[in-house]
Parts: sequence; structure tokens; C-alpha cells
Amino acid sequence: MDTLTSGDGGREAGPGPGAGGPGPGPALRSADVAARDSYGRLLALLAAATSDLAGAEDALADAFERALRTWPSQGVPASPDAWLLTVARNRLRDEWKSARVQRAVPLDAAPDTLAHIDDVDVDAIPDRRLELMLVCAHPAIDRAMHTPLMLNTVLGFTAEQVGRAFSVPAPTMATRLVRVKKRIKAAGIPFRIPDLADLPARMASVLEAVYGAYVIDWATGPQARQLPSEALHLAEVLTTLVPDDPEALGLAALIELSAARAPARFDADGRFVPLADQDPALWDRELISRAHEHLRVAHARGQLGRFQLEAAIQAVHCARGPAGTTDWPTLLTLHRILQAIAPSLGSGVALAAVTAEVDGPAAGLAALDALLLEAGQRARLFQPARATRAHLLDRLGRKEEAVAAYDSAISLTHDTAEREYLERRRDRASGVSR
Amino acid sequence: MRYALLMHYREPGEGEISEEAIEAAQEAFGAYGRALESAGVLLSADVLQPTSGTTSVTRREGGLQVQDGPFAETKEALAGIFMVEVPDLDAAIGWAEKCPGAQWGVVEVRPTATAFIDGAWTR
Repeated sequence: MDTLTSGDGGREAGPGPGAGGPGPGPALRSADVAARDSYGRLLALLAAATSDLAGAEDALADAFERALRTWPSQGVPASPDAWLLTVARNRLRDEWKSARVQRAVPLDAAPDTLAHIDDVDVDAIPDRRLELMLVCAHPAIDRAMHTPLMLNTVLGFTAEQVGRAFSVPAPTMATRLVRVKKRIKAAGIPFRIPDLADLPARMASVLEAVYGAYVIDWATGPQARQLPSEALHLAEVLTTLVPDDPEALGLAALIELSAARAPARFDADGRFVPLADQDPALWDRELISRAHEHLRVAHARGQLGRFQLEAAIQAVHCARGPAGTTDWPTLLTLHRILQAIAPSLGSGVALAAVTAEVDGPAAGLAALDALLLEAGQRARLFQPARATRAHLLDRLGRKEEAVAAYDSAISLTHDTAEREYLERRRDRASGVSR
Repeated sequence: MRYALLMHYREPGEGEISEEAIEAAQEAFGAYGRALESAGVLLSADVLQPTSGTTSVTRREGGLQVQDGPFAETKEALAGIFMVEVPDLDAAIGWAEKCPGAQWGVVEVRPTATAFIDGAWTR
């Protein structure tokens, strides 16, 4: 997580915060902190006033640029956020005025869209990031763009960074982001919290989009992986925006618990270490306790949901102490409930794997094969299913089948470290020593 | 913002729909029109004749061409146009969802780019 920019059209922010250079002075550092903490907050506020994300980004980018030009000589203002907001707001107002002058025909009911942003107290900037997140995950926007748009606008990732995370060339991602921002403005997607009747469904899309940021963490490999802390950041921002939503808390806990184990996922040689072989001493205790706190608050709401269950499952894994005993029967119960309330191929495969731990690999394999038969074609390319099947065949001593299954899993694995791990397992199963 | 709610559905063949079903649909459209009107969002509402009654006109190739039928043959045809004035897309989607045509077809929600009001095009 380094650069924060306007995020618009793949354009780099030029002398943007984090652009580096030898030993940034206090002005640069202050701009950097302001950028990290308030980019999304300022953008949400500016965009909510005009429904024009691209215009708000341009205004904000200008404000940051001016900050970097003037702060080193004139000193950092007492409240950098207030300064940035004022500059960006003036810029938007100028743009709007000149656009109005150029209009040859009267604007119908010309609403002064900037009126309410002028009333904002710059010393107590309201947080409109939930509205921004709801716009990013709006049903009228292509689902595939929900997460990229959120990373780009709420956290200020560049099109290039987002593109890398999604394995999409930077110019392609930039074009898609520009197109979707135009669409938000043209279609009139509102920056506002929907009615109570619509809110639950809309919040579910927001959670999905944040979850999407978490999922790409695991899919892109350690070198390309620039976003893990940012899925975490996004989820934690969300818990501050909707502190009473148990699923938002559950999602934050889920991501925290997974992030807590990140330091143990690779050994000193950069090789993938599966959960069962990880050293719990390497897990981040602080993140784990933060997750437990979130889960405790969530459970007190008495509304069970998918993300809370997934987090509870991770919590059980993280409860394995140095003695190395995992509470498999509890995991089996949790996985069964999860598969009942939010059935998915992924949770089905996980249930089969846990069944193998409790009732033996034969029972696990039977459960997995039943699932794969039911899922059909869709399951053929699902890497976790292939990898789990290989492990179970291996444990049952069906070496030949295991080798073939490992081969098929390897061909579907994108993460280099994990692929090498599967190759080692395959070679061991086939009796080749390395 | 002004939006056009464009109803599209497959045109039924003659006699394909029973009298009762037609009556029920008319009643539903009546209630829908009254709801739009009493909410103060309705600009206009037209349900169109089937495409068998349509004529296409063009001078694209220079001379006048008048052609029998729609400009593009599609499985689902434009069947009605509701113009509404609402604050944002969420409100427009809310009205599209209530449109009886959404029960058996698709309602396209299309924002207006410009409209001719009081003698001039709005920007």
C-alpha cells in the first residue's frame, strides 16, 4: 500500500503522496497521512454533492497537487483535511460556474448542487463513505466492477494497482473505471442511504464487494499481493460506518483472522505452508484479538449470517495452540450450518475436508465426490475441489489417482508458492524424491 | 431527473390472451397510472399498438423511404413509454419495478439527456 492518487483513468498523480524521492520532508509525510486517512472521506463528500465521481476526483487531485507545491514552503496547515476540502470545493465551484456560463440554453430547474457542500463545516467533515460504498455496489453497476470501483474510490488505489490485483492490464481497468463513473453520473445513481426496505439487500452487495477485495488477496500470489491490508482496511472502515451490522463485523473478523495468519503462510524460502503445518507463534495476536472483539459484538446482535460463521470457523483454526490440536468436531458443526444457510461450492469442499478429519478420508472423499457430481461442469475447474481431492486420495493410499488429481489441481493453481507445494506433494505421492 | 421507462415484451398472437387476462392487465395499468399521477412523477404514459401497426420513415439514403414495420425486427418489441420525473435512479427503478409490464416483459430505465421545455432544450 503505497500510492494514493486521484485514481482517475490510470493517470498517475504525478508528485503524489508516496511517490517517494529520498527522505520525504514533513510536508510530504503529512500529505501522505492525510491522503491515507481521508482520501475516501473527502472524495465521498465531494462526489455526494455532485454525483460526479470523476469530477470530484479531479478536484481532489488538484488539491493534493497544490498541497505538495505549497506546504513545503508555507508550512503544513493545522488541519490538512479542511485545507484540502476547501481547495477542492473551490475548484468544483469554479468548474461549475464556467460550465454554466458556457450553456447556451437554460438549465432546467438549475439546482445549485454545490449549495450543501458549502454548508459543510470543514473542521468536522461528515463521513459519507457508506453512501460511496453503496454507489460502488449499486445493482445498476456491473457486479464485476463493484470491488475494483471500491478500491479505486474509497481507498484511492490507482487503476494500475487495481488492474494488477485483478490480473487485468492497467489501461483496460482504467477504461472500465472511467466508463462506470460516467454511468453513475448519467444514470443518476444517488449518493444516499436507501430506505430500510431496500437497505439489507444493498448492504449485502457492499459486503460482497469488500469480500471480493479479500478474495483477490489469496488469488494473486505474494509478489503481486499489494492489497491484503487494504481488504482489511475496507472491512474496518465499514464496521465504523455500520457498527450495528453483525455481518459487517463478521466480515471484518474473517479478514482479520486470515490476515493474522499471513506471516505463517510462507516459510523462510518463500514456500507455501498449509494451515495444519503453520507455526501458531507466527500468527498476529493483536489482529486475532481484534477479530474476537468484533465477533463478540456481532454475536450479541443475535443474527447469525454467512460471514460470522466463516469468521467463527477461522477463529476455531486460530485457537489451535502450540500443542497443535484443532477442534474438528466444532468445525464440522460450523461448516454444516454454513453449508445450510449459505451453500456454495467453496463451503461444500471445506465441509468435505473437515468431514475427512472427523470421520476419516474415505468419508471425506465420498462427501466431496457427491458434491462434485451434483455441481457438474462448474466444479471441474474449481481448484480447491481438485486440491482437496488429491490430498484425500493421497491419504487413502490411492497413489496413482492422487498423482493424477494433483496434476489437475496444479494446472488450476495461479499462486506460484501453492503450486510448488502441490508439486512437492505430487512428487512424494509418485515416489520421486526431490 | 427525467427518465423514460420503456416496456418491452413479446407481442402476443391474436386470441393468445384471454379476455379475463386482458381485463386484469388493463386494471393493473389503470392502478399504475393513477399511482404515478398521485405521486406527482408522471409526465406522460403511452401503451403502443403492436408493431404490425408501425411504419418506419428515413431519409438516410437521400430520398424519402417509408417502410412498413419496425426498423429492427426483434423478439421483444417496444410496447409502451412512461416518462417520469424523479430524484434519482433508485426512484426510477422503484417505479419500473411496479410497472405491470415488468411482470411479463422487461422495463428499460433510460435517463433523459435533454428535453424540450418552455421553448428550449434543457442542457
